[in-house]
Amino acid sequence: MLIELKDVTHIYDQEQNIRALDNISLEIDEHEFIGIVGHTGSGKTTLVQMFNSLIKPTSGDIYVDGIKTTEKKANLKHVRQTVGLVFQYPEHQLFEETIYDDVAFGPRNLKLDKEEIDKRVKVALDLVGLDFEEFKDRSPFNLSGGQQRRVAIAGVLAMRPRVLILDEPSAGLDPQGREKLKALLKRLHESYNITIILISHRMEEITQLSSRVIVMDHGKIVLNGSPREVFSHKEKLESLSLELPEITEILFRLKERGCDIRTDIFTADEAVEEIIKVIGSQNDVN
Amino acid sequence: MLTDITIGQYVHGDSIVHILDPRVKIINTIILITSLFLIANFWGFAIFLLFNISIIWLSKLPLKRVLNGLKPILFLVLLTVILHIFMTRGGEVLFHWKFIRIESEGLYTGTFMASRILLLIMFTSLLTLTTSPLQLTDGIEYILKPLKKIGVPASEISMMMTIALRFIPTLMEEAEKIMKAQKARGADFESGNLIQRAKNLIPLLVPLFISAFRRADELALAMESRCYQGGKKRTRLHIMKVKNRDIISLVLSIALAVLVSFF
Repeated sequence: MLIELKDVTHIYDQEQNIRALDNISLEIDEHEFIGIVGHTGSGKTTLVQMFNSLIKPTSGDIYVDGIKTTEKKANLKHVRQTVGLVFQYPEHQLFEETIYDDVAFGPRNLKLDKEEIDKRVKVALDLVGLDFEEFKDRSPFNLSGGQQRRVAIAGVLAMRPRVLILDEPSAGLDPQGREKLKALLKRLHESYNITIILISHRMEEITQLSSRVIVMDHGKIVLNGSPREVFSHKEKLESLSLELPEITEILFRLKERGCDIRTDIFTADEAVEEIIKVIGSQNDVN
Repeated sequence: MLTDITIGQYVHGDSIVHILDPRVKIINTIILITSLFLIANFWGFAIFLLFNISIIWLSKLPLKRVLNGLKPILFLVLLTVILHIFMTRGGEVLFHWKFIRIESEGLYTGTFMASRILLLIMFTSLLTLTTSPLQLTDGIEYILKPLKKIGVPASEISMMMTIALRFIPTLMEEAEKIMKAQKARGADFESGNLIQRAKNLIPLLVPLFISAFRRADELALAMESRCYQGGKKRTRLHIMKVKNRDIISLVLSIALAVLVSFF
């Protein structure tokens, strides 16, 4: 078990008793790819900040890599190194004069030696697709928005986290940038064995990447399971004003019109296959 | 930690104190604060305190909120009392041990000053607690209007104040967010000596300033694209009107001011 939450409640306004998280219990294993969805204010961001102890819960216990982070004397340095967190619009946290220094900020805080820092910065920049020699001495503020975001993500990757949390990483990126980001997450998950937790409003991203989907509403986990399982609860999702992936929506509509078709499909290719299959079998009946 | 800072801590409400005209409220406050400095004995303070408490009661403010506002100045008050007790000479000697000497005049002046400061802060905080920042700046703009003739840019000043007040919570939020992001990268804002701590703030301050400038730029553009021009006969959404209750409150304030200053 990499991360475990036991009955975690977080109240952020004592007077009005507003619960950002309401009695949440959750387990996250090594090498999972978890997608978290939920409308604005459902508690997603608060939840992921619990994972690396940036926020302490009002009540309940949290364990990260065996460390009880809700204890007063917990080794937070180890926790924050284990769990890397990429915030919304991470490019807003850049501050150093050169890209190299900014990416090296995390490793330097870990008091690593120079060679190790150098190595980590190189690997991190390479991972996000920025050429080390070309970019290392440039100012992060002269880059495009997408490039800035990649530098910021590299800054977290240089910490070598075992869990990487990303809070709406694709917000404000163009389609090409989103594709690149998706490829990066896939590579980190598959080739580098990093556990990934992704918050996103884009259902396509969630279904294409994650092995488990968590749906949040009013500080509670309302659905938790494989994408197939979660997206079969069409009414439930609609009542939370969350939409289905477009492909799945089409299949559901076909079903509504009397077509005997599977609706647990998220990719265009699979959907085409299924539709051809159904049309074929209807022709046979006729 | 940062959210503990309360500036413009307006408490929403619909009491008689809340709905008074902001201009009248500001003038009342100025009159009564002036009178506070004219008070010459403790009777005056007692009357003022009584008045203060009745205003709190009328405005239905939680007493805790008002008293919380006094916390930051407690140190100043204590320092005043202590300095006066040990430094001010006059009257009988109450206590004498080696070089420490307490005289009655010092004790009297100390408590006198402390009462004045406490009442001053308590009373002025009532203004900000019962008047929304927007109303407050509107009121200030109106009061500064006559000064326009001698070249005081009243509407610009009030616009600047409105914007500043509006962006305090935003910047706080931003600061907290950046702080968390840098903490997630192992930054340490809490330990080390003074110089080390100041240095550690760079990863917070640089992004904060950049975002403040970006916001300012964007805001200026948005205002300009809506043809904003300072002081060009701008009309208001909420037109302020002086009603009977405002006149009554003004008369009461003047009466009280006269009473306490000449008691």
